[in-house]
Amino acid sequence: MKLRLKHSFGAFTLDLDMQAGGGITALFGRSGAGKSTVINAVAGLLRPDTGLLEVDGETLMDTARGIHTPPHKRRFGTVFQDARLFPHLTVAQNLDFGTRYAPRGAKVPRDDVISLLGLAALLGRRPATLSGGEKQRIALGRALLSGPRMLLMDEPLASLDSARKQEILPYLEHLRDGPLRLPILYVSHAVDEITRLADTLVLLKDGRIPAQGALRDVMADPAAVPLLGVREAGAVIEAEVVSHADDGLSQLRISAGMLELPGVHAPVGARVRLRIMAQDVMLSREKPIGLSALNILPVAVKAIHQGDGPGAAIALQAGSDILLARITRRAVAAMDLRAGAQIYAVLKATTVAPSSIGQ
Amino acid sequence: MTLDAVAWEALRLSLWVAVWATVIAVPLALAVAWVLARREFFGKSLLNAVVHLPLVLPPVVTGYILLVLFAPNAPAGAALGAIGLTLAFKWTGAVLAAIVMGFPLMVRAMRLAIEAVDPKLEHAAATLGASRASVFTRVTLPLIAPGILAGAVMGFAKAMGEFGATITFVANIPGQTQTLPIAIWTALQIPGGEGAAAALALLSCVVALGAVLLSEFLARRVAARIAGST
Repeated sequence: MKLRLKHSFGAFTLDLDMQAGGGITALFGRSGAGKSTVINAVAGLLRPDTGLLEVDGETLMDTARGIHTPPHKRRFGTVFQDARLFPHLTVAQNLDFGTRYAPRGAKVPRDDVISLLGLAALLGRRPATLSGGEKQRIALGRALLSGPRMLLMDEPLASLDSARKQEILPYLEHLRDGPLRLPILYVSHAVDEITRLADTLVLLKDGRIPAQGALRDVMADPAAVPLLGVREAGAVIEAEVVSHADDGLSQLRISAGMLELPGVHAPVGARVRLRIMAQDVMLSREKPIGLSALNILPVAVKAIHQGDGPGAAIALQAGSDILLARITRRAVAAMDLRAGAQIYAVLKATTVAPSSIGQ
Repeated sequence: MTLDAVAWEALRLSLWVAVWATVIAVPLALAVAWVLARREFFGKSLLNAVVHLPLVLPPVVTGYILLVLFAPNAPAGAALGAIGLTLAFKWTGAVLAAIVMGFPLMVRAMRLAIEAVDPKLEHAAATLGASRASVFTRVTLPLIAPGILAGAVMGFAKAMGEFGATITFVANIPGQTQTLPIAIWTALQIPGGEGAAAALALLSCVVALGAVLLSEFLARRVAARIAGST
């Protein structure tokens, strides 16, 4: 998918140029960054001032040539933050709403969707009697059954509490990794969802895109730290589960060595995603001894990004992976950190929350 | 106190006129209500004012305007006459008067129902592949159906009771334009007609009360339907 968009309302201007490939493309931005406008423009619900949208070589919107394919012909199954189930229809009728419009080749087996999303017990219910998590699962199933070329998800988990989120996330992971392999444009302001789900990350700030690319690259870019928020920024790397010990810690192999982490539920041999928060990485010139921290990796300073405030973001080469650390500018000076310096990174074992470990 | 032949004739005519007026007015009122609820255009306030005018104008004035427009020698009347439709002093004219007078009530009930439907639901339906027409028939219409019925009932009740515009436009002809209220008025003009008038008045009250209650009930159904609890 290729999207170019320019749209103004009031003092706000959206001006962006983005690409989304297969897998899950996450569009991240704070509220007011223009995320929903992007979704509405892609879905065809909004006519931008100027814009171009191409999907699979088909032009769905080109204001220069006067092309505006109406929403019902675009085949973007859309899941909104407020599930928008039809209140006069049962769950089954909601699910089947779009089936008749699905092209012959794009039909998704109904039973598969119902079992994937665990909807069998809900089919006869009315939307008003459902929980928020149930509604979102049905909205997702309804979008899938309309035979979409791509799914658009506008903050699908934002209105749910943490437990309900945990209920939905595995389904989204299954969509990403399972047999459907439907491309998804996933809009969110929650970094934990994005690091768990996305393959590609597009950052949106004040209507513009300051960074986009593979999730790992964008998350490891020190310049992206202020965009993601200093508390949320941090590298995402892949690890392989090596063993589980009796004391609750698991051993994971990353390119730079071994990590000991708690709360890893994936089986031995599985590949998992680790999110290592920049603020949870400490740096040391010498190899530290006598520390309570278990995870110490030899790293090389790759880049130093001085921010506007007292902090600095440091990109670290750790094997073939890149880690991010956030330390003070004073520490950068005191340690005399420069690109190329060989140092040690100390990761607290609590660094990775179980919820942000995804397969 | 029994109803004589004239009274039965008036009741039959009123029902006949009211049914026709309702059947013709509902689709028109729905279209106008939809436009007023969902579209922004130049002249929207004017359309809104014209629709509501019969509610505030003296009914006699409304009847007079209809007479001026639809008399056989007036432009609109002549045009309709050319296709064989005469309105002046005919039950068909009573239908037109009933449509015009009931229209604001119908539009209002339907507009409220349409405005209660979140356009976001219609957007969601469109992203699932439903064309505009399908969105209307599969989402909007089922949600506002009780509102349409409520408007229809109000319009029907108004048509049953319309007096001023009708008598001004199509006069008082038994069996042709002498509807229930006009028959009551006529009975009161005749010495000794009070009994018949009272019986007819009671009948009118029953019809009107039933209509208002039914309409209220249906309006509540709209709310319940949109909340998804029915």
